[in-house]
Amino acid sequence: MKKYDELTEFLLRMGDSALVQGQRLCEWCGRAPALEEEMALMNVGLDLVGQARNWLDYAAQRINDGRDADMLAFRRDERDYRNLLLVEQPNGDFAVTMSKQFLYDAWQFHLLEALTESADQQVAAIAAKSLKEVIYHLRRSSEWVERLGDGTEESHQRMAAAIDTLWRFTFEFQETDAVVDSLSESGIIPDAGALKQQWQQTVAKVFTDATLSVPEDARSFYLSGREGMHTEHLGILLAEMQFLQRAYPDASW
Amino acid sequence: MYAQMVDTGVKQVKSLDEMDAEERAFQQKIDAEVKIEAKNWMPEGYRKTLIRQISQHAHSEVVGMLPEGNWVTRAPTFKRKLQLMAKIQDEAGHGLYLYSAMETLGADRDEEIDKLHSGKAKYSSIFNYPTLNWADMGAVGWLVDGAAIVNQVVLQRTSYGPYSRAMIRICKEESFHQRQGYEILLHMMQHGNEAQKEMVQDAINRLWWPSLMMFGPSDADSPNSAQSMAWKIKRHTNDELRQRFIDQTVPQLEFLGCTAPDPDLKWNEERGHYDFGVINWQEFYDVLKGYGPCNRERIETRRQAIDNGAWVREAAVAHANKKKQRSVA
Repeated sequence: MKKYDELTEFLLRMGDSALVQGQRLCEWCGRAPALEEEMALMNVGLDLVGQARNWLDYAAQRINDGRDADMLAFRRDERDYRNLLLVEQPNGDFAVTMSKQFLYDAWQFHLLEALTESADQQVAAIAAKSLKEVIYHLRRSSEWVERLGDGTEESHQRMAAAIDTLWRFTFEFQETDAVVDSLSESGIIPDAGALKQQWQQTVAKVFTDATLSVPEDARSFYLSGREGMHTEHLGILLAEMQFLQRAYPDASW
Repeated sequence: MYAQMVDTGVKQVKSLDEMDAEERAFQQKIDAEVKIEAKNWMPEGYRKTLIRQISQHAHSEVVGMLPEGNWVTRAPTFKRKLQLMAKIQDEAGHGLYLYSAMETLGADRDEEIDKLHSGKAKYSSIFNYPTLNWADMGAVGWLVDGAAIVNQVVLQRTSYGPYSRAMIRICKEESFHQRQGYEILLHMMQHGNEAQKEMVQDAINRLWWPSLMMFGPSDADSPNSAQSMAWKIKRHTNDELRQRFIDQTVPQLEFLGCTAPDPDLKWNEERGHYDFGVINWQEFYDVLKGYGPCNRERIETRRQAIDNGAWVREAAVAHANKKKQRSVA
């Protein structure tokens, strides 16, 4: 269900995905497989939550109803969240976490690269800043996919299982809608077809290097993160993340 | 202080006359404030004491992430969430520097971590207390990092070079964390509602005494201090540092408009210091021995992290080996 103008809807999609992915990374705190990963997971999460703030700041400016980025992040209901279904999925084991990260990074990377040329200057500026971080995110998650896919028998099996679990959510990287079509026509975001191809190529290359097979295109299954139709996981994630703002609505932190 | 009751294995400090030539030369270097480096000769007791102290310190950084992890998913605003994530990332980094400093002494990181998981090695008692409301994120930054800094500022001059240099780097980041922690509390006290002010006072009530315990037992019950002081691993006694912490913290507490849970806390004009009540040492030793509120959970979480990650680390090694073989072939 579309609530705002196309550009605002798009900003919410970008911000919400980065925020939810960052929130999932926070859940790893103290639980990573090595101290180096403890640092890296928090570092990537920090970048993403920072990106989310930039996108939602801009969204709040456009919505202009007195809410700021914090209110959009910490007081909005599940049905108004516009993030990708992929990023709200539970962390599972390290294979699920890194697969989620990689599929998302590959999409972010190609999208942000194109957005640096956006007809909207503020979008271009946020994208340029985010892209610097995402180049590193994608390099790191690609390396992990390769290491785990082409590591031991166990790690290979875990990766295959992780991809099997997550792949169905990737239909959202492939499908277009009215918001995307209209924004790409006016040169604010890239053409959906081209983006889909780039994403597929990156995924295919990394999966091949990782000795993992590339599944066929995912088909949609009657949910849509960008329309606020989520899996059941998002509500619980938000209940935790929004607890203080919901419990103490008149508080200043 | 992130290291408490570090055993030196020495019952009585030797005088220069009682030492052999090597040991005397070492002690004279220490006395002349020359830093000891990894390749220099050092008495076995000095090496072992430092390994114990630095590993305890590193473990504390890592276990110290857990009480914050309890709130990082619930931070109330972008600003607070980003600050806390950055702090946690810094702590993982401190753990890494410290384990590296420890490895210069010939210790093995994995072995030392095994000791932590089996209960043989310690970490700071403070991290065995639960974080029960958001103000704990402020109080941990202000009191716990504050107490750690009092100790670590002095450790910048510790006699072992790699440890001293790690401390210089860590102190800069810790002071930043401490200011951020205080600012969380100050904001809640100055701009918050009644419920928020209660959270702040509640956090201080729970964390005040455990923070004072971070400096370790009082000097009279600190059997290892004399040798650690002679080696200049430690530069001040536990009681001196505790007093310094209290003296600098009480004015900040008053500025917040909060109180300490200690009816005996008052300025002593004659001493030029604050007097304070008797610490519950039974609690300190209980927590140190594993009977604190969260000891089991903290160790269990860390052990699970390492156990659950075993297949990941094995895969990384296997992949690196495959790559090496391929490049040779």
